[in-house]
Amino acid sequence: MDGTILHFDNLTLGYDRHPAVHHLDYAIRAGALVAVVGPNGAGKSTLLKGIVGSLAPLGGEIKFTGIEVSEIAYLPQQADIDRSFPISVFDMVAMGLWQKTGAFRRFGREGDRKVGEALDIVGLGGFEKRPIGTLSGGQMQRSLFARLLLQDARLILLDEPFTAIDSATVRDLKGLIRCWHGERRTVVAVLHNLDQVRTEFPETLLLAREQIAAGPTENVLSQANLDQARRLTEAFDEEAVVCVR
Amino acid sequence: MYEAIFAPFIEFSFMRRALVGCLALALGATPIGVFLTLRRMSLTGDAMAHAILPGAALGYLAAGLSLGAMTLGGVIAGVAVAILSGLVARTTVAREDSSLAAFYLISLAVGVVLVSMRGSNVDLLHILFGTVLALNDAAIFLIAGIATITLFGLAVIYRPLVMECYDPGFLRSVSHLSPVAHYGFLVLAVLNLVGGFHALGTLMAVGIMILPAAAARFWTRDITPLLVIGVLGAFLSGFVGLLLSYHASLPSGPAIILTAGAFYLFSLVFGPDGVVMTQLRPRRHLEA
Repeated sequence: MDGTILHFDNLTLGYDRHPAVHHLDYAIRAGALVAVVGPNGAGKSTLLKGIVGSLAPLGGEIKFTGIEVSEIAYLPQQADIDRSFPISVFDMVAMGLWQKTGAFRRFGREGDRKVGEALDIVGLGGFEKRPIGTLSGGQMQRSLFARLLLQDARLILLDEPFTAIDSATVRDLKGLIRCWHGERRTVVAVLHNLDQVRTEFPETLLLAREQIAAGPTENVLSQANLDQARRLTEAFDEEAVVCVR
Repeated sequence: MYEAIFAPFIEFSFMRRALVGCLALALGATPIGVFLTLRRMSLTGDAMAHAILPGAALGYLAAGLSLGAMTLGGVIAGVAVAILSGLVARTTVAREDSSLAAFYLISLAVGVVLVSMRGSNVDLLHILFGTVLALNDAAIFLIAGIATITLFGLAVIYRPLVMECYDPGFLRSVSHLSPVAHYGFLVLAVLNLVGGFHALGTLMAVGIMILPAAAARFWTRDITPLLVIGVLGAFLSGFVGLLLSYHASLPSGPAIILTAGAFYLFSLVFGPDGVVMTQLRPRRHLEA
């Protein structure tokens, strides 16, 4: 088995000193396919933001082993894409090649071919010239997955990738995730649909601000664990005292 | 025909100089305007133009109507307000638009007070509305130089800037160039406003940036033609505006902006994505 790629060491992440992820200790192996599960407000998205570095830890740290920040691809829950921007699907997906092209390097035929391939894989062949404003929600998500494909990242973070997406699209995108897993890429996905987690994800991290359980999915998603997670107080306690752990 | 359209430029060198100034402004300022409109920052451009005034006024107080002093003062004041309002927006509860509005109102008042402390109303009008018909060599070189810097600068930051416009989160996740694109763009915008202010004045300089850019949006849905149509529209506005001011004895700066305004209104009504054409599209829908 490969070694650890990502290690949360007593990690606390949060906003205004209030923790959203509290004293998390967990290691993710290279090549793992991990679901992050928990109620709303459990700190799932916060954890992904911490991994990509857009949120600095309040305590503890995230250790990366044998991976650069540039090898991480991240699909946020609400990508803040301006869909009225006059740009084509091709150009948007092509930005996935940033690590190869950067700000200046030539794009070339090779780039054209790769973008075309990625669009074919996600089932959007022939959509190259369409303005992104004309895509449906599912088509947008497919094109974002095409961009992820081109990023060719070793660690892929997905925040609720299947929310408000029809079943055919979910099926196709799940196929892609399986593919990435087969290529020994590490995938960490925040999900709400527990059936999807049970069928697709061998490993699960159940969060409710604190870590409730983690490990093989069938053990983690026990009724007792899920009940415990649900009892989490979602309230943001204005009077909370300073944590001494 | 020839008499009306070309003779003024052939006969009078001040008309030729004005035309060259307009061409340079169109090449530099309008692409900046296209990105301002795409980033929903049209009013930011307006605010920064006003923010330039106190800097230019300080330069004026120090050295009279000196090109160098007023340019330097304007650039410093413009960049300061752009950065300050960005900082306020990032560190307090205030949104960027409200902090910009606050800073530019203060700047405008300070600027007008400063100019009137020493100068005449003529000088104030000069600063507010520019003197496109009296561009000397230095002013033309300045405007053309700024246009050159702008085109090179935009070429360098083009890719990250486009990403910063439509998906800033993604740009930040793959590269560190996001602040370079953002602040580099703001600096270019201030430079162009300062260049525009010598020709058209602080109040009108934004017009040649925003109006052709906003008009172009009704003609195309892709960024490259958007830039081309914007620049052509801006240059045409300068050309027609100068003729208008020549034949009808109108103040030239406002005549140019009025022409750009007419181009905008025409595009709004008759452009393919304008009011009329969208109404005239056949009602019968397509099969797929």
